[in-house]
Amino acid sequence: MCGIAGLIHRGKSSDVGSEMTSMLTALKHRGPDSTGFAVYGEPNAGDYIMRLKVAEQEDMASGYDMKDKIDIRIGEVEKRLAEHKASIKAKDAATPYAMRYVITHDGDTEAMARYIEDVEGTEILSLGNSLELIKDLGDANVVADNYGLRDFKGTHGIGHTRMATESDVDIRSAHPYWAFPYNDVSVVHNGQITNYWLKRRQMEQRGHRFMSSCDSELLAVYTADNLANGATLEDSLKASIEEIDGVFTYLVATKDELGMAKDTMAAKPLVLYESDDMIAMASEEVAIRAILPQEIDTTDPYDEEIRVWKA
Amino acid sequence: MESMSVMAEDMGYDPRAGKTRDEIEGTTQEDRARDLGMMSEQLKNRSMEVFFEVGEDENFVYPYADMVDFNKRTELDCEGKPTTQVNKDIRALMEEGYGTIVLKNPRGMHSVGVGILNKLNLIIEGSIGYFGVGLIDGPNVRIKGRVGWSCAENMMSGTVLIEKNAGSTFGAAMRGGDLVCRGSVGSRTGIDQKGGTIIVGGDTGAFSGFMMQRGRMVVCGNAGKNLGDSMYDGTIYVGGEIRDLGVDAVPAEMTDLDKAWLTRKLTQYDLMPEKGVDHFTKIVAGKMLWNYDNLEPNEKKLIL
Repeated sequence: MCGIAGLIHRGKSSDVGSEMTSMLTALKHRGPDSTGFAVYGEPNAGDYIMRLKVAEQEDMASGYDMKDKIDIRIGEVEKRLAEHKASIKAKDAATPYAMRYVITHDGDTEAMARYIEDVEGTEILSLGNSLELIKDLGDANVVADNYGLRDFKGTHGIGHTRMATESDVDIRSAHPYWAFPYNDVSVVHNGQITNYWLKRRQMEQRGHRFMSSCDSELLAVYTADNLANGATLEDSLKASIEEIDGVFTYLVATKDELGMAKDTMAAKPLVLYESDDMIAMASEEVAIRAILPQEIDTTDPYDEEIRVWKA
Repeated sequence: MESMSVMAEDMGYDPRAGKTRDEIEGTTQEDRARDLGMMSEQLKNRSMEVFFEVGEDENFVYPYADMVDFNKRTELDCEGKPTTQVNKDIRALMEEGYGTIVLKNPRGMHSVGVGILNKLNLIIEGSIGYFGVGLIDGPNVRIKGRVGWSCAENMMSGTVLIEKNAGSTFGAAMRGGDLVCRGSVGSRTGIDQKGGTIIVGGDTGAFSGFMMQRGRMVVCGNAGKNLGDSMYDGTIYVGGEIRDLGVDAVPAEMTDLDKAWLTRKLTQYDLMPEKGVDHFTKIVAGKMLWNYDNLEPNEKKLIL
C-alpha cells in the first residue's frame, strides 16, 4: 500500500509545492517510510536542473570520514560536469548528501549523466529543464521542510508516500523515479509488478540502467524505453496495461503532460477530480479534500483506463 | 418466504407494536432474533433462491425503534476531529436520544458512521472516504457527496443513499437493507453479497457481483467485464450494456414479478428510467460450478 497524488493547473503557475505537501501529508497513513515529489516549474530553455544524491541517509552514520568522502564525491561530480563542458550557474545543498545544480549544457546529456553516475554512491535523481525531483526518508512535512519545497511555484507535479514492500527503505528505492535518460519525465506507482524480473532482464539487455531493486523503477525504465522508440505518453500507458503484469495504478509526468494508467483488475485505487482550470488525483479522496475543501464531484477511473492531460 | 406477520401471530404478539427495554430483556435470544426478522428464510433444495413478494415488508423491525425520536435533530462538525472521535460522538448523541444527526465537513474522512446498530437518520453533508457506514444494522443514511472504497461493507439492514459517485467494492459482503448510489460506482460492486439490494443509477466497473451469494443488484447503466463472475446465487439486473459475463453467470428471462419489483424499487429511489424497465437484462448463476449438486447440506455431511 502506497499513496500517490498528482496535480495540474491548466495554463498557469500555482503553489504546487505547498499543495503537493498538503496532499501527501493527508496520505501519510498509506506509507510512512519515504516521501517523494516531482514538481515542474516554468521551463527555462538552455538551463538544466540536475538533482542528485551522493550518499544514502544511513551512510551518514557509517564512519568518521563520511563527510570527507562526500566532499570528494561532490568534487568529482563537478569535475566531470566541467569535462562535459557544463557550467554551473547555481548550486544548493538541501541536505549534506543531496545536491541541486543549475547548469548550462548543449551536448549529450545522457552521456554526461552516465559519466556522473559512475562516481561512487552517486545517483542523478532528475535532470531536465523544469523537473525538480525530491525524495527522502520521512513524511511529507519533513521532506518539504528539509528541501524548502513549500515556496515552489509550478504548473504540475506528482508525489508518493511509500510503504516499502519490495525493497529497502532508502532514497534509491523511494519514488518518484526519473525516466533516465529522458529529461523531465518522472513516474510514481502504487502496486506490485509480478513480471518485474522478466521485464528487467529485457530492459537491461537493451542497455537501460537500474539503480534499485524496487519494482516501480521498471515503470520508469519501461516508459523511457517506449519514448525512445518514438511512442507518445498515451501509447506507452496503453501498452503497459498489456505488457506489465500485476496490480498497479501509476502516474507519469512530463514537461507539459500528466498521465495515469490503471491495471486490468482495477485493484489499486485512484480518485479523480477534473475542472476547467485544474485536475487533481490521489489514492484517496482525503488528499484531494486537503486542497479543495469545498464540495466537488470526484470519480473513480475503471479498469484498463488511461488518461493524459495537458498542463 | 414465510412472512413475519404470520410468525408473529403464532408467537402471540406483534413485534411491530414496540417493546420496552425490560420486556425485551425478558425474552430469549431466539425470540429476539425472530423479532429482528432472522431465521425466517427456508433454504430450498438445489436452488437456494428465496422467493419474494412484490409487496414485501421493508427490512426488519427494531426492538428499540420506538425509543428513537427522529424529530430530535442535531449537527456534528467533523472539522479537525479524528475518525474515532466522530464515531464516539455519534454514539453519545444516540444515547442522548437524538434520532437525526447531521454530519458537517467530513472531507473524505475514512470509516465514518460504522457499526451503528439501531434506527437513526444520519445525514452526511459532504464526501467520505473508505469503509464509510460499514457494519450498520438499521440506520437510514443519506450521503450528499461521494463515498470511497467499501461503502456499507457488511451492512445488515437499513437504507444508505449516496447522491454522487461511489468507489470500488461498493456494498461488499452486504447482508441486508437497501444500498443506493445515484451516480456511478467503481469495480467489484457487491462482491460476496449475501443479501439485500444494491441499486446503482449509473455504471459499474469490472467484477461486479463477484462470488455473489444472495440478494439483488440493479445497475441502470452499463456493467464492466466479468459481471457476476463465480456467483453462487442472487440476481443482477442491468439496464445498459454488459461488457462480458463472468464464469457461470447466465442471462435469464425477465418475469412480470421481476419487472414489478424493479418498478417499485426504482420508483422508490427516484431512479426509474424514462423507458421503463423492459430493457433490463437479468443475470443469474448457472450453478454449474463444483459446489452445486443435488444434496442438502445435511446429506453432504453424512457423505463427507
